[in-house]
Amino acid sequence: MKNAIRMIGAVFRRELASYFATPVAYVFIVIFLMLMGAFTFYLGNFYERGQADLRPFFDFHPWLYLFLVPAIAMRLWAEERKSGTVELLMTLPVTPWQAVLGKFLAAWAFTGIALALTFPIWITVNYLGDPDNGVILAAYIGSLLMAGGFLAIGSCVSAFTRNQVIAFIIGVVICFVFLLAGFPLVLDLFAGWAPQVVVDGIASLSFLTHFADISRGVIDLRDLVYFALVIGTFLYANTIVLGWKQAD
Amino acid sequence: MLKTEGLTKRYGRHTVVDDLSFECAAGEVLGFLGPNGAGKSTTMKMVTGFVEPSAGTASVCGHDIRSDTLAAQRRLGYLPEGAPLYAEMTPASFLEFIADVRGLGGDHRRRRLDEVIERLQLGPVLGQSIDTLSKGFKRRVGLAQAILHDPDVLILDEPTDGLDPNQKHEVRELIRSMAADKLIVISTHILEEVDAVCTRAMIIADGRLLVDDTPAALAERGGGSLERLFREVTTAAADPAEDAA
Repeated sequence: MKNAIRMIGAVFRRELASYFATPVAYVFIVIFLMLMGAFTFYLGNFYERGQADLRPFFDFHPWLYLFLVPAIAMRLWAEERKSGTVELLMTLPVTPWQAVLGKFLAAWAFTGIALALTFPIWITVNYLGDPDNGVILAAYIGSLLMAGGFLAIGSCVSAFTRNQVIAFIIGVVICFVFLLAGFPLVLDLFAGWAPQVVVDGIASLSFLTHFADISRGVIDLRDLVYFALVIGTFLYANTIVLGWKQAD
Repeated sequence: MLKTEGLTKRYGRHTVVDDLSFECAAGEVLGFLGPNGAGKSTTMKMVTGFVEPSAGTASVCGHDIRSDTLAAQRRLGYLPEGAPLYAEMTPASFLEFIADVRGLGGDHRRRRLDEVIERLQLGPVLGQSIDTLSKGFKRRVGLAQAILHDPDVLILDEPTDGLDPNQKHEVRELIRSMAADKLIVISTHILEEVDAVCTRAMIIADGRLLVDDTPAALAERGGGSLERLFREVTTAAADPAEDAA
């Protein structure tokens, strides 16, 4: 166990440092913050609403993540494959799940850093009024969990290919399906032929619904379990895909 | 030290490595010879636990690579073909990462890092990002990574490929200097290299082991020329394989 944590830690540190060793981290963070600001103030009518809360800010998170998170995740395994370093990594005494978890946690920590850097907007709303900071904290937690779900999907997709563009596009599509699973756009695909249980099951997979619950300030155990399951399932699949790809 | 039993890899109907069994011990420098596509790299990938064999297995210092993968990998140092490295890292941070994963700590860690940096003359480029390094330096970083934990078994896939004559010479010196208490396996298609460093040579073609002997004995069989023997056995082996494909 101690050994496993050491290995995950080593992979985690290497991965996180590699974001900041290239312009990727800085470009991502700057674009992320600019888009967050633009959406909140212009599209979200932050001032015009006249309410001291961060609803217009958090409402855009799912849509921003839809494109930005797969951009972070696409390189996780596709790049290792392309450069051949996956062979180096997997012949070190690191198990596949330690490598998967270490890399995932690094990407998650990175999005956490980007998310934390949105703090000026929280200061702004506290300066302007008297918001419910408990709700805001809950929404931040929900947002981070949702980013984790997107990242796990993206990481798994990235293990299938050595081409980052393909990893990105497929990642966006799968994230989109998960985001809108509770809406007619996705449900109508299944409603015609699948039994109602399946349709209801798919509907309950919606990121948007679960995120909306949390961002209203209600941290329900079911929502937490939901995101944990999504992350766990996709990382497990990620480990399996890695094994397959090495076998052939 | 290193033992393979019936090691086989098939991709679809194509057999890349065919029932390969051999055993070797510390002090040997084993040269894996063969034309391109003979199955040398695939064998190495299976022995190091990267590729799952279709049949058979290999063991490193008594640890089976399929059932006891981590223990086997701890005893191994491996330079994959082309020496892949994390391009955005510096040699210093890359070697620190390897030291972390290899579980090196305290004084021992410092000593090992200093020693490989000294031995491979990486000092001047430690702080430079790896993708700006010359091919020779990249290869040396790859070698440094493989020997950092002072492994019992060292597997080097084409360690001198693409290097200039001076660099080739340095790498061969390095291999010779480490040979006494380790098992070193190198793959190559450069025959002079076998003469220069190997104590034992195996010729592989179409995934089958054709010849296994000392370089001197092989040269004798080829009438004084290792190259002649190599050409004889590998071209003779190519014909039946084409029928199979």
